[in-house]
Amino acid sequence: MKTFKIGGVHPRENKLTAGCAITPAPLPQQVVVTLSQHIGAPAQCVVAKGDTVKVGTLLAQANGFVSANIHSPVSGVVTKIDTITDGTGYQKPAIFITAEGDVWEESIDRIETLITTCDLDAQAIIEKIDQMGIVGIGGATFPTKVKLMPPPNMKPEVLIINAVECEPYLTNDHALMLAKADEIIVGIEILMKAINVHHTYIGIEENKPDAIELLKQKTAHRNDIEVVRLQCRYPQGGEKQLIDAVIGRQVASGALPVSTGAIVQNVATAYAIYEAVQKNKPLIERVVTVTGKSLTRPGNYLARMGMPISQLIEAAGGLPDDTGKIVLGGPMMGKATANLDTPTGKGTSGILVIPDTEAHRQEPSPCIRCAKCVAACPMGLEPYLLSKLVAKSDLETAEDRRIYDCIECGCCSYSCPAHRPLLDYIRLGKGRVMAIMRARAAEKK
Amino acid sequence: MNKLVVSPSPHAHSGLSTAQCMYGVLIALIPAFLVSIYFFGINALLVTATSVAACVLFEYLIQKYLLKGALTITDGTAVLTGVLLAFNLPSNIPLWIVIVGALFAIGIGKMSFGGLGNNIFNPALAGRIFLLISFPQQMTTWPQPSPWGAGVDGITGPTTLNILKQGNVEEIANIDVINALIGNYGGSFGEVSAIALIIGFIYLIWRNIITWHIPVSIILTVFLFSMAVSINHGLEYALIFSELQIFSGGLLLGAIFMATDYVTSPMTPGGMILYGVLIGIITVVIRLWGAYPEGLSFAIFIMNGATPLINKYMKPKRFGEVVKHG
Repeated sequence: MKTFKIGGVHPRENKLTAGCAITPAPLPQQVVVTLSQHIGAPAQCVVAKGDTVKVGTLLAQANGFVSANIHSPVSGVVTKIDTITDGTGYQKPAIFITAEGDVWEESIDRIETLITTCDLDAQAIIEKIDQMGIVGIGGATFPTKVKLMPPPNMKPEVLIINAVECEPYLTNDHALMLAKADEIIVGIEILMKAINVHHTYIGIEENKPDAIELLKQKTAHRNDIEVVRLQCRYPQGGEKQLIDAVIGRQVASGALPVSTGAIVQNVATAYAIYEAVQKNKPLIERVVTVTGKSLTRPGNYLARMGMPISQLIEAAGGLPDDTGKIVLGGPMMGKATANLDTPTGKGTSGILVIPDTEAHRQEPSPCIRCAKCVAACPMGLEPYLLSKLVAKSDLETAEDRRIYDCIECGCCSYSCPAHRPLLDYIRLGKGRVMAIMRARAAEKK
Repeated sequence: MNKLVVSPSPHAHSGLSTAQCMYGVLIALIPAFLVSIYFFGINALLVTATSVAACVLFEYLIQKYLLKGALTITDGTAVLTGVLLAFNLPSNIPLWIVIVGALFAIGIGKMSFGGLGNNIFNPALAGRIFLLISFPQQMTTWPQPSPWGAGVDGITGPTTLNILKQGNVEEIANIDVINALIGNYGGSFGEVSAIALIIGFIYLIWRNIITWHIPVSIILTVFLFSMAVSINHGLEYALIFSELQIFSGGLLLGAIFMATDYVTSPMTPGGMILYGVLIGIITVVIRLWGAYPEGLSFAIFIMNGATPLINKYMKPKRFGEVVKHG
């Protein structure tokens, strides 16, 4: 069975919510819509305090090429524009809206019928995706239109749909595939048209046999979409690892993934694209896996963006007494937060409630040079060495040992028997090394 | 409610600890221990118990009274050093010599470098080599094995390695390889049974405690090198000679349990193979042309010293280094 070639780990899957159908979460009373729910420049606010908005009304406009539009997830009144601390832990400008009713913009087609034909040409599709504020919602939240417009010297040959969902606990993509397979396939067709490729691989890990079966069945009559069953191995959902696993090509250090001829899109993004292009619906809601061993009703909830995580946890049965940590996303790459008012955003794939017994890190002990981190690193780096180099501020050697290639997947810290915080050091050093590299590049110019 | 913890990712851990790795190696040594008690009797048990107790005690005393730092005797590393040192000794060695060896292994081999993770040389090996040089008489008088250790004290005899070194073709051709496999020959008591050690190796690989690279490259190198130097006496003889090189002496114990010591062996698969091949070559050179019948301890010791250099130059295979298109 296919998988990527270097490193990786297989954490306990803990897919508690596998098999839970998508349930609509209750409508929020108030939402906090941050202006940077994507990688790139924060969007520019186009509403003012006191404005009345509908579901789908443009709230903020993309500010530059790498940025994205943001639309209102509820109908109601803008009560203030302020800053909040979002899931990343940074202060972000945000629009506060108090909800009244649930009135949608008339332009949005809310009827569930499947629309398979799309008459738009490539450019019009990309414009639509841009307009509807679509970003990669697998977690990286990179504006989708940017990925669909590769540099002219790089010609995409295939589309790879990332339906790997290698993070433990998360099942939102799995649930979406089971519920919306037809829509996803139309989304894929639209994407193929937009980037002018004629072949798509859908990469799914083998722990989702029902999704593999369903998509195989739906695509059985055609040969331009191929479902690829992948061995369960983290971080297979990483863009570079997925390209390697599916078509056996490795992105060179520092190069764009599209240099391999492949463009990767998350399966939930493909669905969002279907809704944007065929139904005129902006990215205002998504499936969020709310999960944890002590939750009474963990599940996959269809939730409007900007609702406080406390409300989703409430929908899942309320915050358990033994809670020790709350993570936005999965346990390997998610971000911990102590603030229950943190709003969800386009990139919130899950809310993981971890019991106190599993919430604490263990005391680190001396490195025994067991080489488990070296074996686990999917980028072929030496985490034990990089962390030591950063600890003694030898950034030059750290650069020589390619610290900038780190994808922060956490396989090193995960596998360290001495519980050393390897990724903490590497992340710190990577930021500093990349700043030095940027400064050097700027000087050359 | 508890105070919520905020820490950077990852929020999950494999659950494997340093102590679990060490106890895993100890479990893998149980078959060899049982065989040694069968062939060498209560002496094997006494030497092991003395060595382990001394190693743990010395580590405790040094950490508590000399370094005045944290105590780490429960992490299993001192116990493992004790067992490995004992397994490399003859079963009839005086116990005070064992204690001297333990003091050298822990005190000089490990703690003087800064304790766990900082030592350049495998502590058990350092202890063994120290004893071999200091007490050559006691360290090279091996009792012959007998079931349940009956009459062990009486007879001592030449080891297989001595016969191999002398190179009498007829004598070598008549050695029974089966005895080497089960451990029915004279030697340090933990090293004699090839089968028991191989069972331990399979366990270590299955539990993912070590990888195959170091043991396999040492064993293969010794086999091929031995074949090359003995093939002039015919294939049949060369096979017996090479098999005996692998199954006798400390080769399997060393290749599986000593050379794979985490702290003192290389970090990358390529580095591990280079390390293993060089250990194999040095071992055979010493065994055949050196002053000592057994060269493995010295070979590992030398390559322990070369490990930082290997780590510097043998980099892992980086992602995307070879860009494949098509």
